[in-house]
Amino acid sequence: MTKTLLRISGLTKAYPGVIANSDVSFEITEGEVHALLGENGAGKSTLVKMIYGLVKPDSGTMTLRGAPFAPTEPRAARAAGVAMVFQHFSLFDALNVAENVALGMENPPPMRDLATRIRDVSEAYGLPLDPFRTVGDLSAGERQRVEIIRCLLQDPRLLIMDEPTSVLTPQEVEILFETLRKLTSEGVAILYISHKLEEIRALCDHATILRLGKNVGTCIPRDTSAREMAELMVGSAFEAPARAGRELGDVALDVTGLSLGSPGEFGTSLRNIHFTVKKGEILGIGGVAGNGQDELWGALSGELTTDNEAIRLMGQPIGNLGPTARRDRGLLTAPEERLGHAAAPEMSLTENALLTGAKRENLMNRGFLKWAATEEFAKRIIKTFDVRTPGPGTAARALSGGNLQKFVIGREVLQHPEVLVVNQPTWGVDAAAAASIRQALLDLAANGTAVICISQDLDELMEISDRFCALNEGRLSDIRPAQGLSVDEIGLMMGGAHGMEVAHVEA
Amino acid sequence: MLKLEKRPQPSQLWTYLTPLLAVIITMIAGSALFALLGKNPIEAVATIFWEPLFGEFSFYYRPQLLVKGAPLVLIAIGLSLGFRAGIWNIGAEGQYIIGAITGAAVGLAFYPAESWLIFPLMVLAGALGGLAWAMIPAFLQVRFGTNEILVSLMLVYVAEQLLASMSLGLLKNPEGFGFPGSRNFQQYASGHNAEIITGSGMHWGVVAALIAVIFAYILLNRHILGYHIRLTGQAPRAARFAGVRPNLLILFCLGTSGALAGLAGLFEVSGPAGQISIDFNVGYGFTAIIVAFLGRLHPVGIMLAGLLMALTYIGGEIAQSNLGLPAAAIQLFQGMLLFFLLAVDLLTNYRIRFVKAETA
Repeated sequence: MTKTLLRISGLTKAYPGVIANSDVSFEITEGEVHALLGENGAGKSTLVKMIYGLVKPDSGTMTLRGAPFAPTEPRAARAAGVAMVFQHFSLFDALNVAENVALGMENPPPMRDLATRIRDVSEAYGLPLDPFRTVGDLSAGERQRVEIIRCLLQDPRLLIMDEPTSVLTPQEVEILFETLRKLTSEGVAILYISHKLEEIRALCDHATILRLGKNVGTCIPRDTSAREMAELMVGSAFEAPARAGRELGDVALDVTGLSLGSPGEFGTSLRNIHFTVKKGEILGIGGVAGNGQDELWGALSGELTTDNEAIRLMGQPIGNLGPTARRDRGLLTAPEERLGHAAAPEMSLTENALLTGAKRENLMNRGFLKWAATEEFAKRIIKTFDVRTPGPGTAARALSGGNLQKFVIGREVLQHPEVLVVNQPTWGVDAAAAASIRQALLDLAANGTAVICISQDLDELMEISDRFCALNEGRLSDIRPAQGLSVDEIGLMMGGAHGMEVAHVEA
Repeated sequence: MLKLEKRPQPSQLWTYLTPLLAVIITMIAGSALFALLGKNPIEAVATIFWEPLFGEFSFYYRPQLLVKGAPLVLIAIGLSLGFRAGIWNIGAEGQYIIGAITGAAVGLAFYPAESWLIFPLMVLAGALGGLAWAMIPAFLQVRFGTNEILVSLMLVYVAEQLLASMSLGLLKNPEGFGFPGSRNFQQYASGHNAEIITGSGMHWGVVAALIAVIFAYILLNRHILGYHIRLTGQAPRAARFAGVRPNLLILFCLGTSGALAGLAGLFEVSGPAGQISIDFNVGYGFTAIIVAFLGRLHPVGIMLAGLLMALTYIGGEIAQSNLGLPAAAIQLFQGMLLFFLLAVDLLTNYRIRFVKAETA
């Protein structure tokens, strides 16, 4: 089967101040997995939103199976056989699977019929799922199945998947790939968005690479090296972080028997967590999203307080201290969410520099603020970490994700922490900024800081960690040296297939 | 087609222009309202805005501007601290009443002794009374997570009942021939909040309001506590990250606004009003909410907004007596001011773009 399913020619979409897509053309044939590859901000999302009818192109045309295709809303796209699985799930935690699926349908059949259809489809494609389970109790992988099944019930010809593996363990990824291969064998085309190169090489037949909104090349991933694709994506070769050999010092942070009930109803409780980090060491904590990462970061930062003895910093118990007191003692942190958590969106960079630096950087005198010194501190962060911004008076929300992330990580790094805890330090950040942030963490460790990096990006963790462990349902796996860990071992540490059965797909 | 587009940064220019624009739109909409009521709209608006300042009897009205503006500014400054942090004290009216009662009670307890100490003691008692009344919603929120908006508002009605009970019972003037109401402080020198310069309208409440403006300005712009207040309002999670303890902030903001409202009540009861009476409160505590927003929650803005609101009060009264406008029309006029302010506020963060209608 080599019939063209979707032909895109000359699609252009501009937003105020930025051209998201400029004259993008490519074709998707029936039964292929076509990768859409590019850095964050390259225009992948805008492109698929145009295909799915969420965004109207400024110019350019699409044809679907030879007929002109210009969906004005997702409903029209769905009617034409285009379905999409979003990166962020739109599911209601409190409802069960069948109810969630029914919510997305125009004319939902009676619940019992729907449940039967969900069972049929889920078995046919090796995605076992109980229609009557509450979504709040499902793992991320299982939630994704709900979304996929929701799409499959529409009998799509083209399935768009936006970074589907970012929430999966390696084993779960294998299961997903089996399903996708089964779908393509039936002639369904899949448009697969990702920036994980090895994955694309394993799965996809063709890849279209976007950079700054333009199509910069189409390749056959199996015959192209990951490095070549990366260079197409970035436009130039960039430096991978360099790590110097270093001596480890005394134990800086000692966590013993840390247990913590989750503050939210659908959060994850931490269960009996033990680990130590030495000065100069980077401990990487992996895991699928929603397995207690936020809670662990909260417990370490002091936003959540715990049993006093559960956390010791340089031998001193700090479990019941708040963020300010921990900062005074040298434990600095950076949360996952840049805007609204690490930084106040409407405040200037100077004001945001004060947010965590007030005391350690000596920016106040008996509570009275030294604005000149604060501005100097903000300028120093901007300069040292190459934050691209007109100046320290700019509001935080005006910065791009990568630049703001460099600012909030830089703010902590410059305060000479004894221990630094970062959560998803390079999430949604362009490759160059990510590399410089990782380098900053490595440099910090080389100077004797103990670094804890919580991340869902395994490549990142393998690149910078000395030792690696994973969170799984609020428990921490064994801690192992990062060097020499195989993907299989990492996957098992992350919880294997998370209780999901391996698909039994009849080819 | 009109389209709203988020600005990358809040516009500095519009932050200052929107209050002016709101006043102008209020004048236009108010004119329409007055015209529908069968009055000459231009004359009505001129009466409200021009007469008190430059009219024939302005020598009388101008001091009134300070007398009416001072309590508004004093209360609004306190409220603005909480509003900045997302803590909504809607019950300043109640704290104002309680401050007046406690302050007056202390003064009356000393009657007829004469000492310069009595008035400062009354001031202290007024502030503490307002503070204590505001601590009720604060404590309930911190301890049980109740909603401060509802609790503080409902306590206004409790305070009003208390006021009636006081003027009829405990604080009633024993020489008042059975009429409700306390002794008049205008006839008790040690407890009288007299004009500092005769005929200027300048009493101690005006001084306190000015001090509050300066204090609030320094707090918000030069002190870590003010920074934490702003941070909590703009990004509550970032405030938690910065180490702000929300409960302490609730106690501080509600406490401060309560104390300032209590002070305003005391200055009013011991000066312009003169006595505790059933109808002592005239809604300063509620109008101050408008003043706080009209002044952009900025201390200097609040000072100007307080004077503007005082102007509409005085002008409104003149319009009522001279033109026979109903009192409700004046209240509507004041309400419109807040309404339009909140509406045009949009322009600070968004800009309007004219785009050609898309061909579907």
